Amino acid sequence: MADSNKIVLEARGITKKFPGVLANDNVDFDLREGEVHALLGENGAGKSTLMNILYGLYKPDGGEILVNGQPISMHSPKDAITHGIGMVHQHFMLIPVFTVAENIMLGSETDHRTKPSESPLSILDREEVSRLVSKLSDKYGFKIDPHSLVGDLPVGVQQRVEIVKALYRKASILILDEPTAVLTPQEADDLFQIIRELKKQGVSIIFITHKLREVLAIADRITVMRAGKVVGSAIPSESDEHLLATMMVGREVILTVDKQPATPKETILSVRDLNVSDQRGLHAVRNLSFEVKAGEILGIAGVQGNGQTELAEALSGLLRIDGGNIELDGKNLTNATPRQLTNNGLANIPEDRQKHGLVLSYTIADNTILCDYYQAPFNKNGVLQQGEIDRYSRRLISEFDVRTPSPYVSAGKLSGGNQQKVIVARELSRNVKLVIASQPTRGLDVGSIEYIHNQIVQMRDRGVAVLLISAELDEILALSDRISVMYRGEIVTTVDAKSISKEKLGLWMAGIHPDN
Amino acid sequence: MSEPVEKENKGQALKSVLNSLMVPALAIITATIVGGIVIAVVGGNPFAAYSGLLQGAFGSVKAISETAVWATPYIFAGLAVALAFKGGLFNIGGEGQLALGATTAAFVGYALPAWVGYEMPTIVLLPITIGAGIMVGFIWGAIPGALKAFTGAHEVINTIMMNYIALNIVSFLMNGPIKDKDPLNVIARSPLIAEGARIAPIFDNLRVHWGFVLALLAAAFVWWLLWKTTLGYEIRTVGANPDAAKYAGINVKKIMTFTMGLSGLLAGLAGTIEVTGLNYRHELGFSSGYGFDAIAIALLGKNHPGGVVMAAILFAAMRNGATRMQFLTQIPVDIISVIQALILLFIAADSIIRYIYRVRQSGEKVVLTRGWGG
Amino acid sequence: MDWKRFSFIGVIIAVLFGTVVLVGYKAEPPILIIGSMLATTIAVATPLSLGALSGVFCERSGVVNIGIEGMMLAAAFFGWLGSIYMNTIFGFPALPSLLIGVLVAILTGGLFALLHAWLSITFKVDQIIGGTVINILAVGITGFLNRQLFFDKNSIFQGNVPHAPGVLPIIVFPVKNFIEWICGLTGESEACYITANAFGKVFEQKPIAIFAIIFVFVTHYILFNTRWGLRMRAVGEHPKAADTVGINVIRTRYINVVIGGFFAGLAGAYFTLESVPSFEPLMTNGRGFISLAAVIFGNWTPIGAWAASLVFGASQALQINLQFFRELIPAEWAFFQNSYAVGQIPYILTMIILTGIIGKTTSPAANGQPYDK
Repeated sequence: MADSNKIVLEARGITKKFPGVLANDNVDFDLREGEVHALLGENGAGKSTLMNILYGLYKPDGGEILVNGQPISMHSPKDAITHGIGMVHQHFMLIPVFTVAENIMLGSETDHRTKPSESPLSILDREEVSRLVSKLSDKYGFKIDPHSLVGDLPVGVQQRVEIVKALYRKASILILDEPTAVLTPQEADDLFQIIRELKKQGVSIIFITHKLREVLAIADRITVMRAGKVVGSAIPSESDEHLLATMMVGREVILTVDKQPATPKETILSVRDLNVSDQRGLHAVRNLSFEVKAGEILGIAGVQGNGQTELAEALSGLLRIDGGNIELDGKNLTNATPRQLTNNGLANIPEDRQKHGLVLSYTIADNTILCDYYQAPFNKNGVLQQGEIDRYSRRLISEFDVRTPSPYVSAGKLSGGNQQKVIVARELSRNVKLVIASQPTRGLDVGSIEYIHNQIVQMRDRGVAVLLISAELDEILALSDRISVMYRGEIVTTVDAKSISKEKLGLWMAGIHPDN
Repeated sequence: MSEPVEKENKGQALKSVLNSLMVPALAIITATIVGGIVIAVVGGNPFAAYSGLLQGAFGSVKAISETAVWATPYIFAGLAVALAFKGGLFNIGGEGQLALGATTAAFVGYALPAWVGYEMPTIVLLPITIGAGIMVGFIWGAIPGALKAFTGAHEVINTIMMNYIALNIVSFLMNGPIKDKDPLNVIARSPLIAEGARIAPIFDNLRVHWGFVLALLAAAFVWWLLWKTTLGYEIRTVGANPDAAKYAGINVKKIMTFTMGLSGLLAGLAGTIEVTGLNYRHELGFSSGYGFDAIAIALLGKNHPGGVVMAAILFAAMRNGATRMQFLTQIPVDIISVIQALILLFIAADSIIRYIYRVRQSGEKVVLTRGWGG
Repeated sequence: MDWKRFSFIGVIIAVLFGTVVLVGYKAEPPILIIGSMLATTIAVATPLSLGALSGVFCERSGVVNIGIEGMMLAAAFFGWLGSIYMNTIFGFPALPSLLIGVLVAILTGGLFALLHAWLSITFKVDQIIGGTVINILAVGITGFLNRQLFFDKNSIFQGNVPHAPGVLPIIVFPVKNFIEWICGLTGESEACYITANAFGKVFEQKPIAIFAIIFVFVTHYILFNTRWGLRMRAVGEHPKAADTVGINVIRTRYINVVIGGFFAGLAGAYFTLESVPSFEPLMTNGRGFISLAAVIFGNWTPIGAWAASLVFGASQALQINLQFFRELIPAEWAFFQNSYAVGQIPYILTMIILTGIIGKTTSPAANGQPYDK
C-alpha cells in the first residue's frame, strides 16, 4: 500500500516575511507517503505560517512546493485541494449556522468528482452529500449526523467534521494544525486512534503541535522549528522530552517554577453555589463552591469551554450571576459591578487581553490607569493629572520590564508578551487582596511565561489570594497549591497539587472518576 | 512634568499633527482638481469658477464675515458628530437634533416673553432660550444613545429615523401652532423672537455674531473634555474598546447614552445659535443638509475639535463663495456638494490618497460597524 | 423567520387595514376598501422590497450598505434622465424610452454599488462611512445635474424640464374578468361583482412592482438552495472558512454587492419611471434606510424582509387611502389623518422593531467586517 520512501509533499527553501517578522526563513520540509510527520515548535515559531503556505493561504516570498515530485504553483487553497492537500485549522473553518452537510459541501457543492465546474445557479443536492458524508464517517467510525447544525456540536465532533471535509475532497495529505489544543487528553487519544486509522488507509499526515508528549506518542518523524527556521529533526524512538524541549526553545527549560510551600491564612474569596449562564443563555456554571485563602494559589484546571470563562467573568463582575453568592474579604459582593469589585481589592488578568485587558489604540501610559483613572492621584476634580500618569507609567514600565521606547507607544504596537506585562503590571501594582489570572500566559514566549509565573508566585508570597484559571496542565501543576478541576460547569474534584499526577488530572478533566 | 518627557511628547505630537494634516490637505486638493474637471466637462471654466469662489469667500471684510456666519453652525454640528465618533457612535441625526433645537429656541424666544407679559432682559431670556434648545437636542440625541446602550438597536438607523420624525414634527409646528401669524406671511416659519433672546453681532454692519466666538469656545471645551478629563477618558475608552471599558468598571450604557445626548446637545446648539444669533426665527427647510455636511466636516477634521474648526471654515467658505461663483460663471452652487462629497470620499478612503501620493499609514482607527440588529 | 415575527406583521397590517375599513365602511364596501389598500400596499412597498433585496445581497455576503438610499436616488435621476433623453433627443417612443430608462437606472445602481464595493472591500473603509459617502455623493451629483441640465439656458434642454415620456403601463392580470365570469355562472350576485372589482384592483400592478415580488421569491430560492446562495452566505458568515475551501471571498462580495446595486437601481426606477413621471431632489425620502430596517426585521431573509416591507407599505397605503374618506373622519380625530401624524408610523415602527422586542435578529456573523487574510 503506502510506499514509505515516496515523498508526497515537499517544501524547498520557503521564505515568508511579515511586517517586522521573518516568519519562515529558508525552510525545508518533506512528507512521505503514509507517515505522520510532526512539526514541533513554540508559539510564533512559524509552524502555522508554513502550513498556511502549503495550503495556499499565504504566498511565500521565496521557495517552491512539490507534490509527488512535481513543482506546483499554489495561488489559493483551491490549488491545494486539487493536489489532494487538506487542512484542519487550529480555529475550525466551520460555519456554525450551517449544517454538517452544508459545511462539507461548501466549495464542492455538487458531484465534485465528475463535474468540477458548474453553474452558480446549480441546485444544492443536500441528500446526496449527506449520504456521502454518512458513508465517509461510518468508514472511520466518526458517528456524525450530516443534518445537525455545526454550532450545536461538541468541539471534538466539529474536528471530525473538519477531517471528513478534507476526506470528502479526496485529500491524501492532511495537515492538522494544533489539533489537540481544544481537546481533553482522552479526546486527544481518540484523535490519535483516528490518525492511526487514516494512516492505515494511506493518508499522509502533518501534525503540528507544541506538546512534546503527543509528538512522541504519534509521530513517525519529528521536525523542530524555532524563530522561523528548521533547527533539527528526530525520530521518537531515539529521542525524549528533554531533548526536544531544548531543541524547541534553544536552551535548557525549567519546566517547574521555584517556589516555597504555601502558608495559607484567612479566607479571601468564598464562592457558594454559584450559577452563571453564558451569553447564549446556556447554563455554564453550576452550583460552584470554593474558597481561596490569602497566600495560596488555587488552580482551576479544565478543558476550554467547561465554564471557566464564565466563572472568571462572573467573579469580575462582567457576567450576571443567576444564583449563589460571592464574598470577597468578608463582604458580600454578589452581582457587584466591576468597579465595586476592584475597589474591594480584586485584580483581574483577563483571558482575552486584547478584548478586555487593553485599549490597543491607547498609549501604554493611558492603559496603566485603565482601572484607576478615577482615583487620586490620577484624577483631581474630574481632571486627569498627566504628570502623575506619566510618572506612574514610567515606574511600572521599569519595574515590570516592559520593552518599549516610551510610555507613549500605543499598546497595539507591543508584542503579546509585553502587552501581557502591561496588564500584569497594572493589576498587580494596585493594593490587591485577590488576583484572578485567566490563561495568563496563553500564546506567550518562554521568557514572558517565566516572568509572569514568577510574578504570580511573588504575589502569593506577599499574602495575596490567587485564583489561576488555565487550560495548560503544566502551568496549573507548576503554580498551584491546590487544584480544582472543572467539568461541564462543575468542580468535580479539588486536590492538593503535590499529590496528583498529570494523568489522573487528565481523567478528571475528561469527566472520568479515576479511581473507578 | 519632567523636561525630557515634554520634549519627547512635543516632538511626537508635532510629527503626528503634520502627518494627520497631510491626508486631509491632499484630499481637498484632489477633490478640487476632480471638481474642476467636472466643471470643465459641463462647459465651465474651472479657474474662473474657483476664483469666483475664493472672492466670494474671502474677497472682502463682508465676505469673511459671511464665511464666519456660515461656519458657526458647521462648527457646532461638526463637533457633535466628532464627539459621538470619539465615543464609538455614529450620529447621523444632526439634522433632526438641529432642527428641533432651532424650533424650540424660536418658540421659547417669542412665546416666553409674550406669556410672561413684559420685555425680558437678555441676561435672563437668552440663556433660557438657548437652554431650552440644547435640552431638546440633548434628549433627541440621548434617545438613540439609550436605545443602543440598552437594547443594542443600531444608532445609525435610529438617528436617521429620528431625523424624519423630527422633520415631521417641525413641519407640523411651522405650518400650524407656531406659524408666523402675520397676514402677509405665506411661508412655514415662526415669528421673530424677542430682542432679549438675540445674540448681538460683533461688529456694527456685519452679520457675524458672538455665536461664532461661542463656537470656537465650544471646540476648545470639547477638546478639553475629551483629552483632559476623566469623563473624556471614559467616553474615549467606550469608543475605542467597549469591552475593556466594561472591564475597567466604566458604566458603558450610561456613557453611551450621555455621549449621544451631548452630541445631540451640540447639534441642537447649532440650530439654537442660528435662531438667536442670525435669523431671529426658524424657517422650515432652512437647516436641510447640515446633518450630512457635519459628518463630512467631522471626518475631514479627523474627529479632532481643532480639525473640525478648520474643516467647518473650509466648508463655510465653499458654501459662501459658491453664490458669487454662480453669479460670475453660471456654475450651479450645487457643484459644492459634489466637491464636498469627493473630499469625503478621499478622506474616507484615505488609502486612495495614500496610494496616489505615497503617504504612509499612521494613527488609530475608529471602528463603527459592529453588525446590526438586536 | 419565526412565527412570532410573521404574526406581528400580520397583526400590524390587519390593524392598518382595519383602521381604513372602520373609517370608510359607510361609503364603500369593506372588501373594496381592503382590495384598494392591498393594491396600494403592494405598489408603494415596491421600492422597499427592492431596497431590501439589495440589502440582503450586500449584507448576506458581509457588506453593510447604508448607501441604498443614495443608490436609489441616483438611479431615479439617471433613469429618468435616460428616458427623457431617449424620448426628446433621439425621438424614441415612450415605452422603449422608459425601458431604456429602467436599464440606465439599474446600471446606475450597479455603478454606485461598485464604488461602495471598491471602498469597503478593496480599501476596507468603514462600511457605514462608505455608505454615507455614497449618500452624500448621490445628493450632490443629482442636485448639481438637475440644476445644470434643467435650469441652465445653455444646457441640452435649454433650461427647461422636457416633457417626460410618462410612466410604465399597468399590466392587468385578467383576475377581475375571471371572477366576473364565475359571478355570471353563480347567479349574478352584487357581492360577487364587488369582490371581482376588489380583487381586480390587487392584480392591476405595474411591471416593477410585479418583478419585485417575483424577485423576492427567486432570491429566497437562490439564497437557500443554490451553490451561489450557499457561497454568498458562507462569505458573510465566516469568510476565512470560505477562503479555505477555495472560494474567492473578494470576488464573491464584489459580485453580490453590485447585484445588490442593480436592485437598488430598479427601486430608483420605480420613483421616476413607474410612480410619477418627474424627478425631485431628495425624492427617495428615507426609503433606502427603511429598506435596511426591513432587512433587519426580516432577519436577513428575502421573504421576511418583503413581509416587513409590506408593513411599511401598508402604513403608507393607510395615509393614501384615508384621503378618500376625509369627510368621514370626525373633526376631533382629524389630526391623525394629517400626514405629519400618519407619516410617522414607518419611522416609529422601525425604531420599535430595532429594539428587538418583537424578536431578536441575528446578523450575518461577518457583516461589516472587511476580509483580511
